[in-house]
Amino acid sequence: MGVAGKLGNLGVVTTTLEAAINWGRTKSMWPMLFGLACCAIEMMSTQASVYDLSRFGMELMRPSPRQSDLMIVAGRVTRKMAPVLRQLYDQMPDPKYVISMGDCASCGGIFNNYAIVQGVDEIVPVDVYVAGCPPRPEQLIHGIMTLHEKIKTQRIADWA
Amino acid sequence: MSERPLLNSTGHSTGVTEWEGTVQELQGLVSPRALTGETMLLNMGPQHPSTHGVLRLLLELDGETVVSCIPDVGYLHTGIEKSMESKTYEQAITMTDRMDYLNPMGNNLVYCLAIEKIAELDVPERAQIVRVLLAELTRINSHLVWLGTHCLDMGAMSVFLYAMREREMILDIFEMVSGQRMMSTYFRPGGLWRDVPAEFIPAVKAFMDYFPAKIEEYETLLVNNPLWIDRTQGIGVITPEDALAYGCTGPTLRGSGVNWDIRKAMPYMGYETYQFDVPLGEHGDVYDRFYIRMKELYQSVRIINQALARLEKAPAAFRSNNRKYVPPPRSELGRSMEAVIHHFKLWTEGFSLPEGEVYVSIESPRGELSCFLSSDGGNRPHRVHFRTPSYVHTMGAIPKMAKDGMLADLVGIIGSVDIVLGDCDR
Repeated sequence: MGVAGKLGNLGVVTTTLEAAINWGRTKSMWPMLFGLACCAIEMMSTQASVYDLSRFGMELMRPSPRQSDLMIVAGRVTRKMAPVLRQLYDQMPDPKYVISMGDCASCGGIFNNYAIVQGVDEIVPVDVYVAGCPPRPEQLIHGIMTLHEKIKTQRIADWA
Repeated sequence: MSERPLLNSTGHSTGVTEWEGTVQELQGLVSPRALTGETMLLNMGPQHPSTHGVLRLLLELDGETVVSCIPDVGYLHTGIEKSMESKTYEQAITMTDRMDYLNPMGNNLVYCLAIEKIAELDVPERAQIVRVLLAELTRINSHLVWLGTHCLDMGAMSVFLYAMREREMILDIFEMVSGQRMMSTYFRPGGLWRDVPAEFIPAVKAFMDYFPAKIEEYETLLVNNPLWIDRTQGIGVITPEDALAYGCTGPTLRGSGVNWDIRKAMPYMGYETYQFDVPLGEHGDVYDRFYIRMKELYQSVRIINQALARLEKAPAAFRSNNRKYVPPPRSELGRSMEAVIHHFKLWTEGFSLPEGEVYVSIESPRGELSCFLSSDGGNRPHRVHFRTPSYVHTMGAIPKMAKDGMLADLVGIIGSVDIVLGDCDR
């Protein structure tokens, strides 16, 4: 009787440890609540009602780097902000991932001048770049899905 | 103070330096009690969810009471004013969008107004109406983000979700006219980039039918909510005299009861011909600033409805015919040699403005947004400066309101002033 009886024997699912860990990592990835500029507004839109990032188990933005797995660098990184951003990244626990959202964070965008770091990858390692000025919420979601795909290919043997 | 280079993961210099300071360097900024450790120095930001971006506040606390609040801005300094000097006048419009990213159309507008004033360029009636309409939609858009984040800071989650839902409809309208959700660059010197599409008027009408009921919904949730009232009334009070002395404008000033709205005081784009009221507060506290913004939403709806009625009857010209500044339409290029020359000149080197200096102001959702434009007769701005409300409010009003208040109220104060750090640091 019960669900198991009706659906047949579902008692055992075989998988690899790697796949199980990577699946867990993708399904409850908590981004850091960390907005810099215009892209942060689109990041908020992604979180909010219409685009609803909670479909991917990612609605919980953590204001503290100690509790977050993913840093979405949303906006232009200035030379004054760069050391702060690096410190935040250093404070995040492993495994940690970085999405560079928007043109400014990816390569400086239209601001090639004295104030803006020409790409956040000069400071922290970046996993996924999302183009756009600012990227649409769909583009950010696509970037996040790309990161999920990347995580699913990670191997325990490569853990440092 | 010492300087330390920031290295990347491979141990190479990133070209960025970190500054290390000591508490002794704060002498003169904080009270002497802080240096002896009698009061506590607390750093808030730049990564703090309630500072609406990358504002850093250095707080001196006596228990939970804020003794002094020292803002540290510049974490989003983008060098926009300097970059604009290396772009032609028309290229530089894209830069203005990214200053106050909740008010892109307003930034376009003030910059175009400055160019139009110095060039004595005419703006057709249709363009003026569409500019007013979109500027008011931008105000609603900005106020919705303010409402959502302000409530989120104060612990009311659902208003954020509702406000963002309505905001998407406005962004759809922006995308319809300009092709971009946020950074529209739709206003150009002498008018608009192109005419509004046929589906624009029905879309705005549909939104206008839908939206007023939603403002009532937000008001039902908040205006008489005892939790909300406890959290906002009597908090962050600024007197009318102080508000004027600290250079407050917009809802921050009107919350204290001073009747000053650039749309009424120094009308631009034909605002003097529209019927609307300027909501005023009484007490100058967080609640009054919240309340008049809610009332401003209704006034924006009023203005948009009037603009819609005018737009239906307006003549078709959406951009000036002054060929020294405005490129000819595509259809003229095949017929007129002169048009080809103008087209070539305007798209290669851009237009040159007569020598001179102008200063224009508009009422942005946050207050008085002004543009100072200096031209040396060339095709690039000699100097552009923006007087942005967020900067003035961050440096003056927030420390004044926070002083002698509680630490927990600071979040409400920052939210009620509605600063945007892109606007502040530029």
